[in-house]
Amino acid sequence: MSAVASRPATERVPGRHRWTPGAITAQVLVYAVLVVIAVVYIFPFLIDIATSFKTEAEAANDPLALIPQTWTTAAYERLFFNSDFPTWFRNSAIVTIFVTAGRVFFDSLAGYALARVQFRGRGVVFAGLVAVMAVPNVVLLIPKFLVINQLGIYNSFAGLIVPLLADAAGVFIMKNFFESIPTSVEEQARIDGAGTFRIFWSVVLPMARPALVTIIILSFQGSWNELAHFIVASQSPEYTTLTKGVAQLSSGALSAGSQYPIKLAAGAIMTVPVAIMFFVFQRRIMNASAGAVKE
Amino acid sequence: MTAIATPARRRRSGIRRGQNLAGWLFTAPVLVILGLFLLIPVLMAAWVSVSDWTGRGSPFSSNVGFVGGEHYAELLTGGGLAERDFGTALKNNFWYVVLVVPLQTIVSLGLALLVNRRMLRGRGFFRTAFYFPSVTSSVAITVLWLFLFSTTGAVNKLLEAVGIAGPNWFNEPAGIFHLGATTGPAFLTDHTILGVSWWNWLGGPSVAMTGFILLAIFTTSGTFMLLFLAALQNLSGDVEEAAMMDGANAWQRFFRVTLPQLRPTLFTVITLGLIGCWQVFDQIYTGTHGNPAKTTLTPAFLSYQAAFGSNEWGQGAAIAFILFAIIILFTLVQRWVLAERAVSKRRNRWFTSVAARLAAGTAAAGAGGSTAASPGAPPGSPGPDRTEGGR
Repeated sequence: MSAVASRPATERVPGRHRWTPGAITAQVLVYAVLVVIAVVYIFPFLIDIATSFKTEAEAANDPLALIPQTWTTAAYERLFFNSDFPTWFRNSAIVTIFVTAGRVFFDSLAGYALARVQFRGRGVVFAGLVAVMAVPNVVLLIPKFLVINQLGIYNSFAGLIVPLLADAAGVFIMKNFFESIPTSVEEQARIDGAGTFRIFWSVVLPMARPALVTIIILSFQGSWNELAHFIVASQSPEYTTLTKGVAQLSSGALSAGSQYPIKLAAGAIMTVPVAIMFFVFQRRIMNASAGAVKE
Repeated sequence: MTAIATPARRRRSGIRRGQNLAGWLFTAPVLVILGLFLLIPVLMAAWVSVSDWTGRGSPFSSNVGFVGGEHYAELLTGGGLAERDFGTALKNNFWYVVLVVPLQTIVSLGLALLVNRRMLRGRGFFRTAFYFPSVTSSVAITVLWLFLFSTTGAVNKLLEAVGIAGPNWFNEPAGIFHLGATTGPAFLTDHTILGVSWWNWLGGPSVAMTGFILLAIFTTSGTFMLLFLAALQNLSGDVEEAAMMDGANAWQRFFRVTLPQLRPTLFTVITLGLIGCWQVFDQIYTGTHGNPAKTTLTPAFLSYQAAFGSNEWGQGAAIAFILFAIIILFTLVQRWVLAERAVSKRRNRWFTSVAARLAAGTAAAGAGGSTAASPGAPPGSPGPDRTEGGR
């Protein structure tokens, strides 16, 4: 970069910072456009929250107002004290915790093996994972049900959790990360007589925090927001998760065209955990676009 | 892959054996889970799609018969309700893909360009605002969308404010190119593809489906914005500055310098968009169940409905496999089209001259920054081919 600085081209850079009237107009225009778009992106969520505190009549008559005329928490009371909503929330939390923990462990284990362990058949395993990634999710709806049913884990937490415990994309993220760290540390540990698992667990894994955070974000978001798998993996109300419960709440009462405060309150609550996750790891998400691909 | 092993390790067979064991042990959990819930299911479904299994008992029991391509034939040439529904679902999803993929690509690229400015205040805020819809659950956001686009909802209230009578959105089955028209000319209504008349194929997505199209753009543009943003930040500013020196205006700089360099990312975004858009399920399940008048039916939802709703397991599995084939086909076609439309010779030469001049001045500037592939590119996406032009 220092070589570039000596080139005449960079002499233009200070010129760009001089504010000509044209540049100011352009700048103002950019901000105006950005603000308008930001409003379009944020406003729906504000409406969601506002409506959840409105009465049903007000929600229908005045959908735009961000401040309810009469505040009511009826929707939330109904959800928490008079519906299956707490069960759905609990189920989603259980599934998400187990899936996230499982993926962090299994994905990094496999990613490490693919990056570092020289074992026979590694090429085949790698090719298999690539092939698996190419299979679209919806194609698996019916087949997944078939296997879950055959294994006798239909209508159980095992059926909800186990099929989600590993994902090929996560393995790739971990593999890429492990390949990027120098081998010298591991060599040292190996000379000291540490076994492969020991090296992985005590030496390499602690170094992999950034990649692990990516996996945590993706798994948390993925399993919390998952819908299709939960639809085919259980039927019993006892094992309904948030996504499935709210989706059924939504489509069931659609014809009535009402109950919007309740539905929107449910939607708002189910957004809270991912929103917290998002704001906690915001910097990480924004910088690691490799891990941001939604599946 | 395995050839990378260092000679020292190869010689010590004991360690080698240990490595074999460790490798397989480490990958075993992932292999078992993916094999059990991905590979075997696909094989099972392949069998179900050519069997007459009705959902009772095991699909492998002796009283389940082989029916060959019957389900596939029924869907593709049957002439009955199955074919018509499948055709309708394909038509709906086809328009969804045709509109969502380009629009989400343009919107996300536009957002990335807007928030990529070095001098921008509140950059973090804007990026967060644009990305937030991408992290929320499709269910929650569909519920919100149904409310916003209800007949007397927020969107129609806003339209009313500017003097437009908004449509009935999720209750309006008319195709957007048909609005106002009643019936089509005979030569369009008399011919059908997959049980759906040419007239209906040409009608575009229904107003209801348009609601989902807007939803898709809203929720995916943030994700793809991040991909473009990463790519933009990897670009070397020197090429653009050189172009500026040559008197290229902002428009020319974007189309002839920036855009060609973004090709790998563009490719990734379009590929991911195509794959995702053919799998619309959550929104339909949450929102409309295919209504009104089956105009929001998608193959993914139809497959689910056929199997779990009407116990037509063979048919449902067959739909899933046809959908799989369509996704692969579209991805291949897109790959081919984008490869053909490589940066045209003339533009390439122009870009080359700029790059060459830079390379002559400083060896580092031209090559280093601009050849870094986008980190988000999936395996198999082509590396940037502009390095050839540099010579």
